[in-house]
Amino acid sequence: MKKAQQIKITINKKKIKAGENQTILEAAEENGIEIPSLCYHSDLKIKSNCRVCLVEIKGRKGLHPSCSTKIESGMEIITESPKISRARKINLELVFAQHREECDDCIWNFDCQLLALAKKYKVKIDRFIDRKKDYPVYKFGPSIEFDSSKCINCGNCVEVCQNQGVNFLEARKQNNFLEVVPTKDKNKDCIYCGQCIVHCPSGAFEAVGEFEKVSEPLRNKNKIVVFQFAPAIRTSIGEEFGLPFGEIVTEKLIGAIKKLGADKIFDVSVGADFTTIEEADELIERLGNRKNLPMFTSCCPSWVKFIEFNYPEFIPNLATTRSPQIILGGLIKTYWAKKENIDPKKIIVISVMPCVAKKFEIQRKELKINEMKPVDYVLTTRELAYLFIKHKIDLKKVKPEKADNPLGIPSGAGVIYGASGGVMESALRTVYAKLAKKRLPKIEFTPLNGCQTNLTGLKKVRGMDEVKKANIKIDDRIIKIAVVNGLGNAKKILEELKENPKKYDAVEVMACPGGCIGGGGQPVPADNEIRKERASRLYQIDTKNKIRLAHENPIVKKVYREFLNKKNRRLICHTKYNAKRKS
Amino acid sequence: MSKNIITKLKKENLLGRGGAEFPAGLKWEMVKKVEAKKKYVICNGSEGEPGVFKDGFILENYPEKVVRGIEIAMKAIGGKSAYIYLRKDYYQRFVKKLKKIIQNKISPLNKGGLRGVSFFKKQNGYFAGEETSLLNAIEGKTLEPREKPPFPTEKGLFDCPTLINNIETFYYAAKIDENKYKKTRFYSISENDSKDKNVYELPIDWTIEKILKETKNFPRYNFFIQSGGGASGEILSSDDLNQKIGGSGAIVIYDFEKTDPFELMKKWADFFFTGNCNKCVPCREGIYRIREMIEEKKIDEKILKDLFFVLKETSFCPLGKTAVIPFESLIKKMF
Repeated sequence: MKKAQQIKITINKKKIKAGENQTILEAAEENGIEIPSLCYHSDLKIKSNCRVCLVEIKGRKGLHPSCSTKIESGMEIITESPKISRARKINLELVFAQHREECDDCIWNFDCQLLALAKKYKVKIDRFIDRKKDYPVYKFGPSIEFDSSKCINCGNCVEVCQNQGVNFLEARKQNNFLEVVPTKDKNKDCIYCGQCIVHCPSGAFEAVGEFEKVSEPLRNKNKIVVFQFAPAIRTSIGEEFGLPFGEIVTEKLIGAIKKLGADKIFDVSVGADFTTIEEADELIERLGNRKNLPMFTSCCPSWVKFIEFNYPEFIPNLATTRSPQIILGGLIKTYWAKKENIDPKKIIVISVMPCVAKKFEIQRKELKINEMKPVDYVLTTRELAYLFIKHKIDLKKVKPEKADNPLGIPSGAGVIYGASGGVMESALRTVYAKLAKKRLPKIEFTPLNGCQTNLTGLKKVRGMDEVKKANIKIDDRIIKIAVVNGLGNAKKILEELKENPKKYDAVEVMACPGGCIGGGGQPVPADNEIRKERASRLYQIDTKNKIRLAHENPIVKKVYREFLNKKNRRLICHTKYNAKRKS
Repeated sequence: MSKNIITKLKKENLLGRGGAEFPAGLKWEMVKKVEAKKKYVICNGSEGEPGVFKDGFILENYPEKVVRGIEIAMKAIGGKSAYIYLRKDYYQRFVKKLKKIIQNKISPLNKGGLRGVSFFKKQNGYFAGEETSLLNAIEGKTLEPREKPPFPTEKGLFDCPTLINNIETFYYAAKIDENKYKKTRFYSISENDSKDKNVYELPIDWTIEKILKETKNFPRYNFFIQSGGGASGEILSSDDLNQKIGGSGAIVIYDFEKTDPFELMKKWADFFFTGNCNKCVPCREGIYRIREMIEEKKIDEKILKDLFFVLKETSFCPLGKTAVIPFESLIKKMF
């Protein structure tokens, strides 16, 4: 790619070189000059509607939005002046005139841009009576709440929902305002990805909270509370405590959950190892009998609902394998309960997930095992951080601890589940070993170390690209794979498959950008750079792990040997799907 | 058609008659100069401001000239496609006639008919007449203005260079082509709350006073006027009439004794409140708050000044910037 030419500009009299296609906001940001903005998000189109990121440009009349104004050679830009401050102040007052404040119960609680700006520009947040004070709260399934009295009409949520190909949120004219509302269209339904939550600058969207519900079992001595945390949590929750983006905090996380009073702490990545093995077997079987190909991954509940609701004709393509949290929850209430001689009804399984759709997943009736839900509650990464803070637990200072035996030690393959491409890569590592009937000599897919194996194609499935494709050669067989993140992109693949059903053998889809590390339950802010950091650390954990193949994880081997016969595998590791109507 | 139409437009200094008064020759030249596979001409007949009705008058009386103007423009810029964008009632009233002209069934203007012209019915309020909102409307996108630059002359309809002019501008382009332009324009003159609406074609350099007197519209009662447009036009007292009219050439006459300033401001506020696109904060929220104060007849001067300031300085498109003019000038003149 040709590097953009550098041009010279000045910002606040500081001389700066910047790429010629940049906007003023981007150039300023790159040079550590902060310009406040609300509606700008690097994932989305520039809308320029909040009119807060205003700057002055020498020789040009008036104020200019920095998010949408491109830099030009020799441009002299001022980012703070009395005039700019006045305009920002008044526009912020108009923003606050829409937004009902409820600061103690907000996902931005500790890092609210609106409040920070209010302070900086001496904004009278109650200068006008909140126009939306009587606006309703909408609930989307068991996963998301949209408090429309907090919405500032930036349009980010509608755009992400469109990008997802879901179109559940729309702007509808009400009393002469175009307000964000859930659609009444019966053919469009929320799939609970929660991208609206992480792209909303004013905290109008939030997960349906379960943190209050978990405090009861935590206090109840008759209950055995088992926590399990998803792969993606370990490289993101630190952000809520001021640690750098992507910092690995696995053991501190475990230490902090212990402090909450959990009886046992297991790792969902171990569940992922079971998912990998089951999915690898399914793929091998389907490749053998050429049935229901391509096989779709099924661990993303938003993707599953998207298929069930929008493309039921593709239901047979979904792997019947359950998601990692569900398998591990199931094993906790069966295998582990039996082993520890505990009445499974006394066990409360709480998952910590980067995801709000997981709250929906655990409600699915077909997942019940002996009338029990495998998982009782799902907390998002943000909810867990909130609980820590409420209990005055500072993650930074917590004594690191290890996860409990036996379901606490994953393979590296189980950890990379949190990044887009991770599920496919893990499954193919196992598929390779099973089909080629030999152990992989070495697993390194990144081009950095230059190691070549038959699986070098797999490196193509890593990274933040929206659609990644590769052909993997195993002996004389070629497996055609596609890895997709973002449902809008998945839609394109589905349309491709309608034209040519044999285009792929296996397709991984994660609803959220970058996979689960970019999930709707993750800390805010989140953008591509932050997601890259979170993902790269997961791969770092994998690289350092001695065991990097799911089926070589000794714990997993043991459980298969001792417990997972054919019947139990069907009961605990597999499920079925149904076409869905609007809920 | 004259070969040097762009030079002639420049020489005659024809300014866009939609209200923004951008030099037409320059605009045509800009579109002509861009190299592109496809270029569009759009004739904007969205005329949406109260007190402005001259485009309807032109469509009624001189549709051939408008079509001719569009044809000349297409040739001049090298475009094979055009859209005629009409507000709903104009569409209903004029589309048949215009189609016939285009198919060369009535007028001998276009030998063999003019190809590549489509019609588009405007769906929404005032803002949908703003040129970039209009592009979004035709493309089926969200109805809101686009960021400029890029200007439509460079990246307009479907990202192709696009010439957008008002009905009257095309009419006069045709006149200039025929060397029949006499430096006139169309004036919409009306009395507030009266159904009596008249359009006059008169010299561009006449003062308001002369126009009112010559057309026998000069009131005998104590009055003030709104110049340029019945919503975004400036309020002028009867002593201020020794000047020309800008904008889209409208004069609305108000009876000083009978006009309640709050009612008048309420009318404007309602118009801008229902007619804005809802995109940017100052326009969506600022106009709402102005309207609220007028409705309650409780005007906080400090707040009003602040709202005027952000509307003028920070609105996304010209609608918000010009919405301030009538309020500010009325308050200055009447309070």
